[in-house]
Amino acid sequence: MTQDHPAIDPSRPQAAEVAHEWRAADLDPVAERRAERQVAGLFGAATLLILASVLIYGFTDYNATVGVPLLGDVNVINVFMGLTFGLGVFCIGAGAIHWAKKLMPDVEVVEDRHPLTSDEEARAAFAETFAAGVADSGILKRGILRRSLLGAMALFPLPLIVLLRDLGPAPTHGQLNHTIWRAGTRLVTDVTYLPIKAADVPVGGLVNAVPENLPQVEEQDGTLNARAKSVIIVVRLNERDIIAQQGGTPSAPWDYQGILAYSKVCTHVGCPISLYEQRTHHLLCPCHQSTFDLADAGKVVFGPAARNMPQLPITVDAEGYLIARSDFQQPVGPSFWERA
Amino acid sequence: MQARAFRRPAAALLAVAFAVLPATGAQAADSARTSGTGGSGSTTSHPSDPLVWGKLLYEEGCASCHGLQGQGIAPSPAIKDSGAAAVDFEVSTGRMPLGTIANQALRRAHSLYTAEETQAMAQYVATLGNGPAIPTQQVQGWENADMALGGQVFRTNCAQCHSFSGQGGALTWGKQAPNLMKATPTQIYEAMLVGPNNMPKFSDQTLPPAEKRAVIKYIEFLRQPDNPGGLDLGRLGPVSEGLFGWFGGFGILVAIAIWIGVKAK
Repeated sequence: MTQDHPAIDPSRPQAAEVAHEWRAADLDPVAERRAERQVAGLFGAATLLILASVLIYGFTDYNATVGVPLLGDVNVINVFMGLTFGLGVFCIGAGAIHWAKKLMPDVEVVEDRHPLTSDEEARAAFAETFAAGVADSGILKRGILRRSLLGAMALFPLPLIVLLRDLGPAPTHGQLNHTIWRAGTRLVTDVTYLPIKAADVPVGGLVNAVPENLPQVEEQDGTLNARAKSVIIVVRLNERDIIAQQGGTPSAPWDYQGILAYSKVCTHVGCPISLYEQRTHHLLCPCHQSTFDLADAGKVVFGPAARNMPQLPITVDAEGYLIARSDFQQPVGPSFWERA
Repeated sequence: MQARAFRRPAAALLAVAFAVLPATGAQAADSARTSGTGGSGSTTSHPSDPLVWGKLLYEEGCASCHGLQGQGIAPSPAIKDSGAAAVDFEVSTGRMPLGTIANQALRRAHSLYTAEETQAMAQYVATLGNGPAIPTQQVQGWENADMALGGQVFRTNCAQCHSFSGQGGALTWGKQAPNLMKATPTQIYEAMLVGPNNMPKFSDQTLPPAEKRAVIKYIEFLRQPDNPGGLDLGRLGPVSEGLFGWFGGFGILVAIAIWIGVKAK
């Protein structure tokens, strides 16, 4: 096939001859001038609006406000510079479209499709040129050049791959499995870092807590990683309402007289959660509505989370302050590949 | 003309009647409430001893659900150890007596009891068991509290349910954490102290009075925050703004696309 013979698919319906509909501006010089004026008017309006926005910026007090119906008190520069500039840009676009629709030719044009391959002659000529180039370069004859070039090109992406290492550091072994909680670490209130006396937590009470050494660890690390893993919530239930816990023995339970400590990090994708309903003992995650029953070993009762909320074993020290009995017995937060 | 002249006085009379009716109605309701023939049901001249008066009010308005000794009649909770603070909170916000059947008691526009009646009931309920008193003293001086600390404490302990701007939010199974914009400083303090409904308690030991006052100061700031103006869309953040953007913004874009596509005449 050559370019003179368009690729016509005989099975496809052919374009019917449609009578061209002439527009008012094509036939009537008055309508044509009107359309011209409209387009010029839009462009002119754009000019004025854009100038106005500059003037508003230049001559308005930065803090000036004005009352606008529906919007209330608004900053003059925010609203009016935005309005004038936005409308100005809109007028440029509207003018261009109006111009194209009313005045530019709109006669129907048929453009047939042609085969995408070049003709035989051109393809043969290209093959000939390519072969001549290969022969001239001597790449087949000079093996050492060919092989050394291949080697250089194969290694060229290597530095880019090496740089990917800087996306790390990858968590070292066990970093995701442990927090800074240790046996004997006191529970302190978040924000104010006050130790918590067991007697001061009422039934139905909630304390957002962190380990007492968190401020020092954060200072040392310069990151919030330790906080992100070690935040807990402390709640107190009537002991008879506790159905189950994640560990402990009757003589050494993980709670202290109904005071339970649970991780604050959702096991789904790690949102911090402390939406605690003291009557239902439910803990609700605001991100995806995972709901955990803190009276029943932190069991998932609703939502996409797959694992129980990890419980922190606690007791009290000689002075009656709440302390951890150990680190968490399972990794906190969302699942990860290497999680056992 | 004559007919018109006759109609006018009648119309005027009607207008006056309509104007006066609601006013007298409101007056009647008001006098009914204060004289005790209304919902609160106290006697016309109430006993001078607030405990006796409170007992009367309690037995008339509360005991049918919470029991004569505050022991609770299932499914209503026991309130004998709720204290005066809880009574003041529930009654002054209009949550009690319970209105419509819902997942939780909801705030009324107006309390069904006067401040004096509420005080009397609170004093009486305080005698039934051990509960916190109305924290009138502790609230004092919240205006001078540390607002930055209040913001930190609020974002750590309150924002998860009541939202960062104090607008409230959804809980499980249709329950909700209420909007804080109408709560008085005393009511905010009482709520933290007694943990109404599903709200956990924040005791004065783990959240000392100074921090509670700071939280109050911060909530008061949230009501009148520095406002750059404009449509606040309820200050709900991405939810209402997204809705506005999708339906408003995309509507305009679709209209423009249609205009571009329509053949010119």
